Amino acid sequence: MQALTNRVKVVERKPMNWVERLYLWNILKGMIITLKHFFQRKATIKYPEQKRSFSPVFRGLHVLNRDAEGRENCTACGLCAVACPAEAITMEGAERKKGEEHLYREEKYAARYEINMLRCIFCGLCEEACPKDAIYLTETFAPANFQRQTFIYDKQDLLIPDPIKEPELYAKAAGGRVRKN
Amino acid sequence: MLLVIDWSLLMEKLLLIVVIVSVSLVIAMYETYAERKIAAYIQDRIGPDRAGPFGIFQPLADGLKLFMKEEIIPNTSNKFLFILGPCLAMLTAMMTSAVIPWGGSLHLFGRTITLQVADINIGILYIFGVVSLGVYGIMIGGWASNNKFSLIAALRGASQMISYELAMGLSLIALLMLTGSLSMKTIVQQQMDNGVWNIVYQPLGFLIFIICAFAECNRTPFDLPEAENELNFGYHQEYSSMKLGFYLFAEYINMFISSAIMATLFFGGYDIPFFNEATHIQTWGPNIVAILGTVALILKIGFFIFLFMWVRWTIPRFRYDQLMNLGWKSLIPLSLFNMLVTGAVILWKQNHWHF
Repeated sequence: MQALTNRVKVVERKPMNWVERLYLWNILKGMIITLKHFFQRKATIKYPEQKRSFSPVFRGLHVLNRDAEGRENCTACGLCAVACPAEAITMEGAERKKGEEHLYREEKYAARYEINMLRCIFCGLCEEACPKDAIYLTETFAPANFQRQTFIYDKQDLLIPDPIKEPELYAKAAGGRVRKN
Repeated sequence: MLLVIDWSLLMEKLLLIVVIVSVSLVIAMYETYAERKIAAYIQDRIGPDRAGPFGIFQPLADGLKLFMKEEIIPNTSNKFLFILGPCLAMLTAMMTSAVIPWGGSLHLFGRTITLQVADINIGILYIFGVVSLGVYGIMIGGWASNNKFSLIAALRGASQMISYELAMGLSLIALLMLTGSLSMKTIVQQQMDNGVWNIVYQPLGFLIFIICAFAECNRTPFDLPEAENELNFGYHQEYSSMKLGFYLFAEYINMFISSAIMATLFFGGYDIPFFNEATHIQTWGPNIVAILGTVALILKIGFFIFLFMWVRWTIPRFRYDQLMNLGWKSLIPLSLFNMLVTGAVILWKQNHWHF
């Protein structure tokens, strides 16, 4: 039969000679290979102590961003909830009262903001939909838990730490993806 | 006067038995750890490293887990035999260690203590007798489970062990023709006096013996009795808790003991290479030399255990007909040939190298 490519390697099927039938030589060769692997560098990452570094485009848990003065960006417009293909986002808007200007950047804010992490598919469409730079996906992923209820993240779980009061925590939570103002 | 019991001898032997049993149990425990570590390293992994530094408490955790498991006895099984199976496997595994010389002799409290439980003049025959009893552990366990797969595994195990015992015995006969003694102690002593280990005289015999030892211990490439992907779990399918642990433990003790036998028969036992024991006993005293000898034996055993594991994680399992072909058509004729050649050479030597 004509070969389709020039990379075809024809397998020779001749009866084994006496040395080959003893298998010992081939077993020895195999054992040398495994011994080489015995001394090779190990591929294991010792997980809780060592962590694999994520790419900057990794889409993990969400954060709700704040501006440079530590005010929440979210205006509860609902575009993220509309964009969400898994319908994981719920929110309730509220009007900013007098004296709350240091808490919320605009006149309307999210009183309730929940993401069901079991429904979420981490596609990042909410991030793309947001006109206010308020929601970002970070380089952390959801920890395991025994109760389903704990996977519904409310606003307190999602809000990024205050950049003025806790700058280190803010930088850590923001990672390389969140846009800092 | 014949019935006067030498109490101090009795105490000495009892103490020795306790030490040997507990040491072989601890070694079997750490063999499980070594097996997991070696498997991991060969597969470019790290292996257990969570329990204690480098995971050295892993065997304790495994043992605890096995003890905590529910003990299930299937209601269609024969209860007496079901419990007898693992007991027999463990018993035969432990009994072999009695005739292995673990070292020279210590001089303590004005007594000479030989580091061997019983120096019987038929040491090797005793080992063969006890090892072949080991089949009963597998057979009874497999049969009493009342499970098709266990029964098939037990049948496989029995036929495999019986057919490989033949080649094993024949390969040893050539060695025994050289040494002229069945006592393990005498064999070691001869190797120490000659300064040459038996492996030099009997390389083919050793090769056959080690292959048969793999088969006797049910280790890969001959682990057909516990072929997971064919027989679920093999003869210990229905076992749980520490009864399963006993079977697994017995396998590791068997491995330890067969390594000890190989080291004793072919690699000089407690002989330290390039080291003259007789002159050092004069300068260092007998105790230090005896302890050094025991350490040498342990190191040799450790190498063989490593070899067992190294082979296990390299070679896939034989098919059943290949196993039988290898045993009956290759190893037995080879060992007969080895026996003939050895006999011829011995006769030639007795005739002062004249034909």
